[in-house]
Amino acid sequence: MEKRVLKDANDRVDGIYKVTGKAKYFAEYELPGLTYGVLVTSTITKGKITSLDTKAAEKAPGVVSVISHLNKPSAPAYEQEGGSPFKIFYTDKIFFNGQPIAIVVANTFERATYAASLVKVTYAKEDFNTDFEKAVTDVKAKKLQGQPEYKRGVENAYKTAEVKIEAKYHLPIETHNPMELHGIIADWRPNNQVTVYAKTQGVKATQGTIANVFKIPIENIQVNSEFVGGGFGMALRTWPLEIATVMASKHIAKPVKLVITRMQMFTMVGNRPAAVQTIGLGANKDGTLTGITHRAFGETSAYENFTEGVVNMAKFMYQCDNVNTQYTVVPVDLGVPIWMRGPGEATGAFALESAIDEMAHALDMDPLEFRIKNDPEKDQQRNKPFSDKNIKEAYRVGAQKIGWNERKNKPGSLIDGQWKYGFGVSIGVFNANRGRASVKGILKADGTLVLQSATSDIGPGTGTGMTLIASKLLGIPGDKIKFELGDSSLPPAPSQGGSATLSTVGSAVNDVCVSLKSTIAELAANSNMDATSNFVDVLKKNNLPQIEVTKQSQAGKEREDYSMYSFSIHFVKVKVHSLTGVVKVDKIVSVGDSGSIVSPKTARSQMVGGAVGGVGMALHEESIIDHRYGRYINNNFADYHVPVNADIPEIEVHFINKPDPYINPMGAKGMGEIALIGFSAAVANAVFNATGKRIRTLPITPDKVLAG
Amino acid sequence: MINFQYLRTTTAKSALALLSKDKNSKFLAGGTNLIDLMKRGVTAPEKLVDINHVPLKQIEQIGDKIVIGALASNTAVAENAIIKEKLPLLAMALNAGASAQLRNVATVGGNMMQRTRCGYFYDTEMPCNKRQPGSGCGALGGFNRMHAIFGTSDKCIAVHPSDMCVALIALDTIVVLASVKGERKISFKDFHRLAGDTPQLDNNLKADEMIIRLEISVNNLAKNSYYLKVRDRASYAFALVSVAAGMEISNNKITAIRLAMGGVAHKPWRLTASEDFLKGKEPSIENFKQAAKLAMTGAKGFGENDFKLQMAPNSIIEALTVAKSKA
Repeated sequence: MEKRVLKDANDRVDGIYKVTGKAKYFAEYELPGLTYGVLVTSTITKGKITSLDTKAAEKAPGVVSVISHLNKPSAPAYEQEGGSPFKIFYTDKIFFNGQPIAIVVANTFERATYAASLVKVTYAKEDFNTDFEKAVTDVKAKKLQGQPEYKRGVENAYKTAEVKIEAKYHLPIETHNPMELHGIIADWRPNNQVTVYAKTQGVKATQGTIANVFKIPIENIQVNSEFVGGGFGMALRTWPLEIATVMASKHIAKPVKLVITRMQMFTMVGNRPAAVQTIGLGANKDGTLTGITHRAFGETSAYENFTEGVVNMAKFMYQCDNVNTQYTVVPVDLGVPIWMRGPGEATGAFALESAIDEMAHALDMDPLEFRIKNDPEKDQQRNKPFSDKNIKEAYRVGAQKIGWNERKNKPGSLIDGQWKYGFGVSIGVFNANRGRASVKGILKADGTLVLQSATSDIGPGTGTGMTLIASKLLGIPGDKIKFELGDSSLPPAPSQGGSATLSTVGSAVNDVCVSLKSTIAELAANSNMDATSNFVDVLKKNNLPQIEVTKQSQAGKEREDYSMYSFSIHFVKVKVHSLTGVVKVDKIVSVGDSGSIVSPKTARSQMVGGAVGGVGMALHEESIIDHRYGRYINNNFADYHVPVNADIPEIEVHFINKPDPYINPMGAKGMGEIALIGFSAAVANAVFNATGKRIRTLPITPDKVLAG
Repeated sequence: MINFQYLRTTTAKSALALLSKDKNSKFLAGGTNLIDLMKRGVTAPEKLVDINHVPLKQIEQIGDKIVIGALASNTAVAENAIIKEKLPLLAMALNAGASAQLRNVATVGGNMMQRTRCGYFYDTEMPCNKRQPGSGCGALGGFNRMHAIFGTSDKCIAVHPSDMCVALIALDTIVVLASVKGERKISFKDFHRLAGDTPQLDNNLKADEMIIRLEISVNNLAKNSYYLKVRDRASYAFALVSVAAGMEISNNKITAIRLAMGGVAHKPWRLTASEDFLKGKEPSIENFKQAAKLAMTGAKGFGENDFKLQMAPNSIIEALTVAKSKA
């Protein structure tokens, strides 16, 4: 391995690989005899395939095979009819427009692309609906549910409160759109030995899914995913297109690479589901919250169900004796959604944190003051103390940094020519998870430490965080530590999702290091060395080239005793142009209250990335469908807008950086989700403060500002 | 992929000869739009004639005319000292377009020839009279937030996506075209077409012609010029509405005025009625408002783009106000 250069102990350990192109992503692996797959996709939205003519495609130059439901290669788990999940090539049914219906494999990508265009398909069309808002209005006739209803105290207490507000909020479909396109390389070899190079947030999950579908032993499958070019949740499952590629490789007994197109990223690898939410809030005139009602409808697909935690936050984030929530999923004829950063909590926080701002305005209170007044002492939902919560301090820090004292409670008060200025604030909160993971540590007499775990790094800096934990515990410099991940043969770890990796895998790293340290101490004592002796000397003295240990780590009883959350406070200053409706974010201050900060640089990057994603959610992102055809209209990077550098102002990030005494040995809580959760509401609240216009439908584009 | 022949030439003469030989040939300059169109199956030329090496990249002042070669890159024009000093409106419009990477390869001629960004035009599974005459207009009754409010037809409501062209029409540019038969000059306002019954035709360039250069007379608008682009994000987004405004003001009177809009029609939209109204008048907010009102005569929304009926006049007022305040 090439020597890594860490100028600063906190540098990203793989930074140099990423910026020099040396980091190898799944699509960059070259295998002997590699072939290329291209998907043929449905051009109708619902119905049945009546014929699929592959003759011309099969005769096209370089084509190896065309695989579809007509010649489905054996996938034992798919043999029985019906059920969920969607079984690719084991059905002639069409569930959504853009559904993969065949894979054309050729000896070059260009030839496969051309041949795919020659596949002729006829369909029997059925009526469909892709319009979620329409489906929601029709929903009363059907019995649907996403989560059990929650009720504390009096239902709909807000209706009889001294001051009440009720408002409806709309979120469109958003598409994750990481830079790296999705796909897989699958190499099915004799004796059912399978190697895949995947873009996945969980190598063990991919391994398990393939084993299940093809009914082969899990140890036959090797999954590699060392570098991932962004996931944001879309790589948290093994998609049908990946199974299709494995099937193709099995069928032709050659390795097959599939990289889908940007357009296909909109239909077959999930999305943040659209949502319609109603919030009712009641308060006494003194600003005491007396009732919260949060009802949400979330989009799901007609062929698979997807649910998430849209209404979670309302249950515990504010001191309130009367809370009721309801979450219902409503199917439409689109590809199934999946978690997108912050997931349902970000959707819910847009509505709840906008409503909190609306209530503060109704009470003529500073929204920050209103939040502080209703800050909960304990978790009323679970009737437990919080393990660690420093929200009031976070408010104070953020308010000072954004210049909150310049803010006027009366909207439209800060004017400079055609620009109106406003300030907004919101809370983000997410469950501080800790799962179970194993890590192997190999401490070597050459002074290096190798740590191994089958976890992933989709970008947050997993390797860096783990290296810093080990470096601190063992006193080994970061450039002498190598953390290996993204390989299913390493000790097991969960998928990277739900802001849990540092807490989960980091705890196992901690346990490994503690164990190695005590082994060294024992060896030192046994060989009459000083207890503070360097491990290299100790190993040499004992003629040991290395020592190794594997530890599994998981949470204990502390999770029964405490309610554990990560928190963030987002402060946003915007300016809004009176004539054109353009919103410019002028300044951002995000404060993280997520326990100890293990890796300051990558933690800051997470918060910065979350803020940028939050600006996108607030002002730009929307996947648009023509519901007459069920097809996406803006399925490319020119028309699906994410923020560009010119949209992003100075971002200040601050951390409370106090250890959570109960969460894990590091006292550190995840922060990938809280970086985004609530952010869009802070922008909407700032737009209201600037203009007096309350925009309840994201994204806040200039036309809505002009109309609002 | 669909096979095509790639040819490269170094003279306009041979390029034109290659073009006239084969109806299904296209010139390849920056390729920032053409390659996308080929990938999406919207167009499939049998021959691509690469003209990047044809020497048409000059940017110079000849007498009272500024001459810009058709193959000058968008960046080269936007950053040229003569353009920045004498035609800042053009530089501003260019810099408002696309992204730095695209501007580096996109050419002046290619910018004029780019096709609409209407989503229905790019999706071969959906109707589009521009792509496939007679198939219908998807945007009518569909997603038309980005679409035209002026000069529309029942066949097509697409807009021309260029920023540069909005400045060029405002600057009374002359387009020099060539064919094997020789050169001809047309006014920029006559280069692009309205959709009418033939939305498949974006412009009046004949099948055997190429754009050679642009000629722009030096004017006194430089001091009071402004290009306003209203868009969904700060860069790399097409205009919801854009306004090119240039004025010559003397003794608090507008002595010359040029006004055009983008993002509102099938071609860059010159606001002659507003210009006529403002000429000789004071550059006051009241007059700007009246000019903006006049500009909207005949405007028509299609649902999702109704907001342009408000955003467009507002933007005219804003552009004129900023242009005035620049001096």
